[in-house]
Amino acid sequence: MSELTLVRHPAVTEAPPARRVLIGLAFATLALFVFAPLAVVFAEALAKGAGAALQSLASPDARAAIRLTLTVAAIAVPVNAAFGIAAAWFLTKFDFPGKAFLITLIDLPFSVSPVVAGLCLVLLFGANATLGGWLVASGHPVIFALPGIVLATLFVTFPFVARELIPVMVEQGRAEEEAALTLGAGGWRVFRTVTLPNIRWALLYGVLLANARAMGEFGAVAVVSGKIRGQTATMPITIEMMYNEYLSVSAFSLAACLSALALLTLLVKTLLERLHARRTQG
Amino acid sequence: MREPLIHSSPMPGLGLSMGITLTMLSLVVLAPIGALVAQGAVMGPEALWAAVSRPRVLAALGLSFRLAFFAATVNLVLGTLLAWVLARYRFAGRRLLDAAVDLPFALPTAVAGIALTALYAPSGPFGAVAAGFGAKIAYTQGGIFLALMFVGLPFVARSVQPVIEEIEREVEEASATLGASRLTTLTRVIWPMLMPAALTGFALALARAVGEYGSVIFIAGNIPMRTEIAPLLIVIELEEFDYKGAAAIGLAMLAISFAMLLAINLVQIWSRRRIGDV
Repeated sequence: MSELTLVRHPAVTEAPPARRVLIGLAFATLALFVFAPLAVVFAEALAKGAGAALQSLASPDARAAIRLTLTVAAIAVPVNAAFGIAAAWFLTKFDFPGKAFLITLIDLPFSVSPVVAGLCLVLLFGANATLGGWLVASGHPVIFALPGIVLATLFVTFPFVARELIPVMVEQGRAEEEAALTLGAGGWRVFRTVTLPNIRWALLYGVLLANARAMGEFGAVAVVSGKIRGQTATMPITIEMMYNEYLSVSAFSLAACLSALALLTLLVKTLLERLHARRTQG
Repeated sequence: MREPLIHSSPMPGLGLSMGITLTMLSLVVLAPIGALVAQGAVMGPEALWAAVSRPRVLAALGLSFRLAFFAATVNLVLGTLLAWVLARYRFAGRRLLDAAVDLPFALPTAVAGIALTALYAPSGPFGAVAAGFGAKIAYTQGGIFLALMFVGLPFVARSVQPVIEEIEREVEEASATLGASRLTTLTRVIWPMLMPAALTGFALALARAVGEYGSVIFIAGNIPMRTEIAPLLIVIELEEFDYKGAAAIGLAMLAISFAMLLAINLVQIWSRRRIGDV
């Protein structure tokens, strides 16, 4: 292929100075809002040296918080993925009226404040409510306990996987699955050998986003957790408690762990996108 | 003969996938929201209004919606600019910029909150510069505005960017051939094509900003009547076991949010009809 440099007529693009100003503005915006906050998290965590940061992460409170956050994500993310796959299958493989309404309901958690989500759970499962009172009496409290934190996390991450899968499965259509069925494959086999290979990258991306949100959720969890140190305080809740106690290095060290997770999520996302672009070109 | 509700299909898994979808939706989303609506119904309109019309509640609701609207408006401009730069220009660092736009999605809000506070507090690097000009950012409404801008930044950019990539260059060339200046082409030809997607992003950023809690409470100062946002007031009422007061504020937030989203949807339908579906 010959390397042709297309020089666009000035009337169909912006003049070079205008371009430079726009690119400069884009960099300035992200420097102010993205790069600076990230840098300050790591700088504050390491303010008293790496040793102090690591020591604060080994404290009982921090370790309990990390364990709880991993537990919550280990429950909420797979459940969310299973729901996302089922919802995407139901919405893309079958025809029925009211599809748009169902999608709106699945997207609902996006437009509800996390704090209001937590409030809803308290009103349903709190000790004052009928259902909640009965659950507390039978020794299975939801609010101020692990089940409440998991439910709050499920609420805020609810649409993530389904939203990534639905467009991909609409684009794929049903022909490949139908061919496999004609050839005598059973339902699970069709899903495993035909559908799953087609949707695996979208699934991975959805799971990644759900995981980042699950580990980082604050508002909804803050309402239902009760913030019992060492028991119901997740990593973000512990960050808040340490910050309010002026334990700056401890708070920012935990924050640095979650920032690293966010960066890893973005890195994998960028790699997945590049992979996808190469596939569609090649 | 009656049409079946779900057309018979050779595809397996109808019962299973429908069962999981509807059960999870009911259990995780609809039942809790139903509990909030039921609480409102039990209280009745008069008690709800009495709870919402307290001055402190009105101030918090007004602050939340006003600042969320301003932040989403600024994000509309900045997000469109980011999308344009990322979709149209090739320059060193473009990939880094493209990945960085998503960071506010991935970064936990509590982390964003303490990081922004560390930067913009009077003792922080940016806050010190502002203090040199006699301005205070953190612990004022300006700080809340900054946090809301941060969480809403990616929505418009990510909605608009794919639309810009789809635009046929011939449209711009035709406009230029017919004698339009670049500015005229941008405002009269390009912007109408971007508007529906930009409004979608605006609506998402607005919804997110209205309900935002984690990134705001650290930088806000949380002074009643002045820098206290509505979600914080819900948390405070819950801590005081005032479930009715909290439910009233929650319902008010839901109602105003849905009214705003409905209005934005109507504008979108109107703009689609005016320029045709793109």
